[in-house]
Amino acid sequence: MDELTKVVRDYIIREYLDEADDREITETTPLISSGIVDSFSMVSLLRFLEKKYFIHIPDADATPEAFDTVQRIVALVRRFQSAEVRSA
Amino acid sequence: MAFTDAVRNSYLTEIEGIKAAGLFKEERYIHSPQSSEIEVEFPLGSEIRKCINVCANNYLGLSSHPEVIAAAHAGLDARGYGMSSVRFICGTQDIHRQLENRLTAFLGTEDTLLFPSCMDANGGFFEACLSAQDVMIADRLVHASIVDGMRLGKAMQDTYKHSDMGHLEQKLQEHQDKRSRMIITDGVFSMDGDTARLGDIVVLAEKYNAMVFVDDSHATGVMGRTGRGAHEHCGVFGKIDVITTTLGKALGGASGGCVSGRRELVEMCRQRARPYLFSNAVAPVIVAGALKVMDLITASTERRDKLEWNAHYWRGLLKDAGFDVKEGNSPIVPVMLYDAKLAQDFARDLFDEGVYAVGFFFPVVPKGQARIRTQLSAAHEKHHLDTAIQAFRKVGEKHGILGLGKKELAAKYGT
Repeated sequence: MDELTKVVRDYIIREYLDEADDREITETTPLISSGIVDSFSMVSLLRFLEKKYFIHIPDADATPEAFDTVQRIVALVRRFQSAEVRSA
Repeated sequence: MAFTDAVRNSYLTEIEGIKAAGLFKEERYIHSPQSSEIEVEFPLGSEIRKCINVCANNYLGLSSHPEVIAAAHAGLDARGYGMSSVRFICGTQDIHRQLENRLTAFLGTEDTLLFPSCMDANGGFFEACLSAQDVMIADRLVHASIVDGMRLGKAMQDTYKHSDMGHLEQKLQEHQDKRSRMIITDGVFSMDGDTARLGDIVVLAEKYNAMVFVDDSHATGVMGRTGRGAHEHCGVFGKIDVITTTLGKALGGASGGCVSGRRELVEMCRQRARPYLFSNAVAPVIVAGALKVMDLITASTERRDKLEWNAHYWRGLLKDAGFDVKEGNSPIVPVMLYDAKLAQDFARDLFDEGVYAVGFFFPVVPKGQARIRTQLSAAHEKHHLDTAIQAFRKVGEKHGILGLGKKELAAKYGT
């Protein structure tokens, strides 16, 4: 597991699971469609990613589908990281 | 006409999708006043049957109280049927202000503004009172109307894990750079029936310089020694900056809600809250009825005390029967079934046994947390509860779930 994937996965466990919740979060575990993260609480994940990686993810891209697994979130971050580099 | 077949079919497909997902909601027609026993026609066209009602928000049993009805009749005669106006044009009668003052005194706040509903109060408050320099930090299980209200607001949104004070503190630390912070919670959570940790929340609010917002719709008239709400129950009466609550539950159950709290925040709502500005004043007949409700609940705690006894007794009956009941001290007593289909089947079987209760499942509650939410009322007599538990036992035996905990239920039915 690369560093970015680990950061995202650790944040999700810390931010969304209760201490007693022993569900395993893998790179492909559904997050939104399984109810672990809902659209109301998703905002904190979005802000975390933007702050940590100095990116801006527009609302149109911050969809429940794009946030549904760690894998997809990582892909989204990478896409905007490279966009930032290109525009720098 | 632009409602073409294609447009119609797209809606029909969507409705079919709702049905296929098991989320289709149907109304049941009640042919009697709201009470602990009601006459229900369901399915449509079937014979009307008498049921014990354990799913109304009629906590104090005032929805059909003769004195409330008489006061409403008198109000209708004295002040008319409707105002035909929003409040600030020509929709404010003396009795609107009287009711606001009564609510202010009852809730222990500085001022109150009536709204058409608490949904509207929550929908209008955040946009009116907070700006982009502020942050709203909400418990993740707050009512849907708060979620909608926050989305309409300009302030930054954040959430904390349900009743997790460590997580809330972390969020408050994170947002110290904002102009102001507002902690947002329900007083009693509608689906779980648990009470917010308002004592701890007020301590954190003082430590991190935050305001506290409480939707006390399920607690006003109910919680606390004199029924003032969750803040009285938690020993922080007078320390909550904003309380929103409803006249649609314990306080007569008709309609109407309010924002009650710091004078300046209430004034901001009067100036800027769009549901207040752009919808009609609460009808005089409801205001007159609600004033009588305030008389009744301030004169005696008899109803609130009876409700507390009923809730305690009912909780004990369910536990003794072997149901998995969520812990709490409110009149909301969820019977946990975890599986959505089981919850639906259980509610249908209860109805066949003469008990009206409703199954709740995702997305109303988290996945794998399906339940029958039972709600007590001061209108329930002991014999209602003794009869209702027999139905619960019978249906529980039918499904083989008595004595089973979460893991056993999940193994048997899934989640």
